[in-house]
Amino acid sequence: MSTAALIQEVLSWVLVVSGAFFALVGAFGTWRLPDFWSRLHAASVTDSAGMILLIAGMCLQSGLTLVTVKLIVIGIFLFITGPTATHAVANAALVSGLRPREAEGLIAAEPEPLTVAGGAEGDAEGTRKETAGAA
Amino acid sequence: MRHHLILRVVTKLLVGAIILFALYVQFHGDFSPGGGFQAGVIMAVAFIIYGVVFSLRQAQRVFPPWLVHKLLALGVLIYAFTGLVSMALGYEYLNYGAFTPHHPEHGQHWGILIVELGVGVTVTGVMVAIYYAFAARPPTISDKDW
Repeated sequence: MSTAALIQEVLSWVLVVSGAFFALVGAFGTWRLPDFWSRLHAASVTDSAGMILLIAGMCLQSGLTLVTVKLIVIGIFLFITGPTATHAVANAALVSGLRPREAEGLIAAEPEPLTVAGGAEGDAEGTRKETAGAA
Repeated sequence: MRHHLILRVVTKLLVGAIILFALYVQFHGDFSPGGGFQAGVIMAVAFIIYGVVFSLRQAQRVFPPWLVHKLLALGVLIYAFTGLVSMALGYEYLNYGAFTPHHPEHGQHWGILIVELGVGVTVTGVMVAIYYAFAARPPTISDKDW
């Protein structure tokens, strides 16, 4: 095996294995994460990182053949449809009233003057600026 | 559906590619995986996705129900007629060798291509007809009651 072929082989396997790793991470995320939004986020890892790396690895495996052209076309197709499907699902969830669970927790964790309705106006304003600066 | 800008743009982009892929599966079926049934389903998906994203009315303007019903029967007729032609030439029903008696393999190639075309046309028609039948049904439960 020549050096070029060896480099191609090693590189393609590195890409395929890392793509499989991202697909696995996406699967675990979809299974273990708590709510819809974080699960959607995890599932999109499989769509983007996993898919791109796997197809790049397979392209290197097949070399300069018609198979590579087909793989690239499949890659473009998935590159367009994956985010579109994610967008459609997320949009449907948002329209039907589902909100991220974390958001409520984050608001509760903010400094007190924001949540206290009867607080002094100037004080609340100052705290808000401080929070914005910290963020 | 007016606010689904991304879905509309992506659908317009993909419907043509899906139809092209269906034709590829249809006519490349003897060299790679595929054939009439798969091609018919992919072709129907192009019309179904169009109907899902831009209303059923738009889809029926492109592919009217009367045409669907005619195509649905036409595919079966193509299939059966191929068999009858081979019978008329003095061979068994669907014996494709009849078309080119001096070179039977050529005839088999053409015969399978024509029969698969019939299968594809029928499957497209049936899938789209099933979609039309489900989508055109008036909802028995109003959206508010879900």
